[in-house]
Amino acid sequence: MPWRLLKFGLQSEHNEPRFFPESKPLKSHYDVVIIGGGGHGMACAYYLAKEHGITNVAVLEQGYIGGGNTGRNTTIVRSNYLTPEGVKFYDTSVKLFEDLADDFDLNIFYSTRGHFTLAHTDSALRTMRWRAEVNKHQGIDSEVVGREEIAKEVPYMDLDCNGHAPVMGALYHAPGSVARHDAVAWGYARGAYNRGVEIHQKTRVTAIRTQGDKVVGVDTDRGQISCNKVISMVAGSTPRITEMLGIRTPIEIFPLQACVSEPVKPFMDTIVVSGSLHVYVSQSSRGELVMGASVDPSVLHSTRSSFDFVEGLADQMLDLFPFMSRMKVMRQWAGMSDITPDFAPIMGKTPIDGFYLDAGWGTWGFKATPVSGKTMAWTVANDKTHELIEPFRLSRFADFDLVGEKGAASVGH
Amino acid sequence: MKLLDCPDIGKRPISEFDYLGEIRIPPSDADEATWADYVFNRDNAPGVLRERWYHRPTGRWFILERNTLTDEVVGLVDPADVRYKEPNYEVPA
Ligand SMILES: Cc1cc2nc3c(=O)[nH]c(=O)nc-3n(C[C@H](O)[C@H](O)[C@H](O)COP(=O)(O)OP(=O)(O)OC[C@H]3O[C@@H](n4cnc5c(N)ncnc54)[C@H](O)[C@@H]3O)c2cc1C
Repeated sequence: MPWRLLKFGLQSEHNEPRFFPESKPLKSHYDVVIIGGGGHGMACAYYLAKEHGITNVAVLEQGYIGGGNTGRNTTIVRSNYLTPEGVKFYDTSVKLFEDLADDFDLNIFYSTRGHFTLAHTDSALRTMRWRAEVNKHQGIDSEVVGREEIAKEVPYMDLDCNGHAPVMGALYHAPGSVARHDAVAWGYARGAYNRGVEIHQKTRVTAIRTQGDKVVGVDTDRGQISCNKVISMVAGSTPRITEMLGIRTPIEIFPLQACVSEPVKPFMDTIVVSGSLHVYVSQSSRGELVMGASVDPSVLHSTRSSFDFVEGLADQMLDLFPFMSRMKVMRQWAGMSDITPDFAPIMGKTPIDGFYLDAGWGTWGFKATPVSGKTMAWTVANDKTHELIEPFRLSRFADFDLVGEKGAASVGH
Repeated sequence: MKLLDCPDIGKRPISEFDYLGEIRIPPSDADEATWADYVFNRDNAPGVLRERWYHRPTGRWFILERNTLTDEVVGLVDPADVRYKEPNYEVPA
């Protein structure tokens, strides 16, 4: 690889092949239409083609690939959730992530860092113990650690938080990782394209046509298409799609913001999250500190970022890492998070025959990209809900059978 | 800094307020499906919502109409406008 890179650098012309060519005209019929060219849509197309031989598939993306939450997320991948259903599901995803670079023949910069969730109170520490036990029971590497271990692994952190909220311990999850978000979306896209899937960027779905309770096609701003199956994988735009079919869901859209600092020498190789202070940080391979917080306070369908966010974040972050007071923020941005009441996703079949939903990914869905693609592809190919996602069915709300993942997903992502 | 209008003392930083979400009227006499719909589901596409807010320093509750696409406050809502009759629940014997 370094040799190839050197050669590449010395060339005056760079004729790297495109990952997938410009879109062709839309066909009049596809077996499956996927709405949304984020990581989830691309992964689902990839597994439909690779594992089920379904290749007459179009992915329709209103903007550009990965331009939604996929390209805005802070890329934390982990499986130390609170419920057995969640742990099993996200663990499958972590394992898929570990092999993704080989599958794609593409460097996705998957980097296993170790993930600390700090506890500043007795009750937080109690939840950590609970999580560690649930995790271990499912075979996940997860344990509660004390201040000394944290101090050893995370240099420059003020464990006393300037006296405001001393750290008492942490949940440590060794497999916790970060990855390059765009590469994940592109890798899946190239793999899907090479197997015959069509990818149409700048193509917006404006309506879904039904006959009785059955899907028969979609309208787009580039014309009509007929199809038997439609999968909605649009994260923060989900309400606009479900509205087209009169499907009601508990999803509410809250902006989630993040920012990066100027690059500095590598000094932190772990991921640090504080639920009590509502902040988290990791250092990217370029040296930038990637930082985020919890969602904005009120419902909003917008990707505008705000000064209040950086100000609030800095206020808490400086308690943990006082030296950051001399660092500059380089960029900030926001995505629209599709939040559910139990902080678990909504996946699988819906009351409309041929319409499948993959949504409710809130602030935690990047890590689920491989497993969602795989289980949704299986569900669509077999028209039967995959057992891993059965707990996440839309009907759980009508059945008062929620998943209760809030304790592990609200700030941790 | 984003400011929100407190009905008592005027514009204050948004960080002084708590957001309590959309106001909805519970069904008075309903089956389980209707109740589940009321408890969980939301009219979640962009639009104007009536929402409850709380200003912590003054302890003031109030209701605003706000556009969830543009974040513009449309106006203050008189609580009488969202009042509903107490449902007459039957206590199972
Ligand atoms: C700031 C931030 C930080 C985050 N951090 C993490 C993290 O650390 N770890 C983690 O696991 N998760 C994280 N998340 C959550 C994660 O980013 C998302 O859950 C995940 O990326 C969702 O992927 P997706 O493919 O479903 O959606 P998206 O990537 O949003 O893709 C949906 C696509 O659908 C398209 N679309 C919408 N409507 C239409 C239409 N009508 N027609 C055609 N196309 C349409 C959009 O343009 C978009 O590209 C974070 C999110 C944000 C905003």
